[in-house]
Amino acid sequence: MLKKITISGGLDKDGILENIRRLDICVGEVLAVVGPTGSGKSQLIADVEQYAEEETLTGRSILIDDQPLNKNENKNLSRYLVAQVSQNMNFVIDMSIEEFLLMHAQVRAIKEPSQIVKDVLSITNRLSGEPISLSMNLTQLSGGQSRALMVADVALISNSPVVLIDEIENAGINRLQALEILTGQGKIVLVVSHDPTLILMAGKRVVMKNGGMYKIFETTSEEKKILKDLIKIDKKFVCLREQLRSSKSIRAVEQKKEEVAGWPKF
Amino acid sequence: MRFAIVAGTPSSGKTSVMIHTIRHLLAEGFSVAVCKIDCLETSDDERYGRLGIPVAIGLSDYICPDHFYVANLEEIENWAKKQMADILVLETAGLCHRCAPAVHGCLSICVIDNLIGIDTPKKVGPMLSTADVVVITKGDIVSQAEREVFRYRVENINPQARILDINGLTGQGSLSLKNEILNSGTLEEISGKELKYSMPAAICSYCAGETIVGKSYQMGNVKKVDFGGEE
Repeated sequence: MLKKITISGGLDKDGILENIRRLDICVGEVLAVVGPTGSGKSQLIADVEQYAEEETLTGRSILIDDQPLNKNENKNLSRYLVAQVSQNMNFVIDMSIEEFLLMHAQVRAIKEPSQIVKDVLSITNRLSGEPISLSMNLTQLSGGQSRALMVADVALISNSPVVLIDEIENAGINRLQALEILTGQGKIVLVVSHDPTLILMAGKRVVMKNGGMYKIFETTSEEKKILKDLIKIDKKFVCLREQLRSSKSIRAVEQKKEEVAGWPKF
Repeated sequence: MRFAIVAGTPSSGKTSVMIHTIRHLLAEGFSVAVCKIDCLETSDDERYGRLGIPVAIGLSDYICPDHFYVANLEEIENWAKKQMADILVLETAGLCHRCAPAVHGCLSICVIDNLIGIDTPKKVGPMLSTADVVVITKGDIVSQAEREVFRYRVENINPQARILDINGLTGQGSLSLKNEILNSGTLEEISGKELKYSMPAAICSYCAGETIVGKSYQMGNVKKVDFGGEE
């Protein structure tokens, strides 16, 4: 069973050694990857995805339990080690959700496929807006529903020990719950994000700069307090959005003004 | 000289994948020559030409491109040898999917993409099942689940092949294809080598330029649809 992965430092965009020479991520940990656009976040994720062995642009190598992964010998391990959810992914297969999930469960040799399909559906519907049913076609799903289904599928059927998440905050799904679901079951999670709440939900974060890993921060206890406040704000925000979406009057918002005044000070 | 044959479904990114791969080969000091076989028109010579390497184009025009391809293998090899190439990349435009360009002793690469549909690996036929290396592209735009199911289907059709995920736009993964090419053995001479899969017989009046529809205009090797014994 996988215990940790290690990112062994390479070069930044100018070919200079990146600051961080070694970064361990253990099972159950969430690492946020942050930094301005173009700073190298997606490349870092890509290096992990292909278990780089100093051959990519960055010269980084990825160690699995302190060993480089021999891609040829461990064909099965390498195939199922990493699962990814990104903002650019779509379902392109013209098939019912049930048929497709059963097919995926078969590929992953799941023992009770019909049960897992039900579980995937219930998680999907917890994450997204209008509920979907198993008989619907994959291509009928909205962007948010698709993303919710991808998250549920990666969490339950792919069930890889390493999960890479790329900017799911823009998907229009409950992103905090999505992260919770994905981090469950002792996985290693790397989450690329610009969203303060998601970033602080991670135990540590690596700040990217000019293509290199620049600095690592552990989430401090003070930041965790701020996170609690952020989550409260987020809940209010979701609540307001639900009210507006479900054609309730804006007065409902005003009634909560007192609570609004009690929001944390920054 | 190493001889790599590249085929694949239309628009799967054969040329893009090979351009990234060839860049890695050039960076290591190898000299590469490329020949592209197509039917009527191609602009891939310009794309390959930008790498500053020798490029040849073969347009089959009125001849079946796969037969044209086989009939020219010796000539293409000779041309590449004259260019002092260490590696010859021969890209052919797949087309009817009945033929497979793979030749024993060459490295055959089949490029397909995640968007062609989950049942298509079956239809791609011998081009896929005889390949030494299968490259799957466009993995970044489909769901993880579809990637896994697609790969599984490809593995069922060709269990021996090494399967590589490559992003044709960014080149991610193309280093492994470079390694596959370097690990493939060199070929003394293509003459006398054998196709892994025979090409279909199709010598009928339409091969010879006939254009009128109808039984009385058909000659040679003509096959009819079987509608289940109604006649």
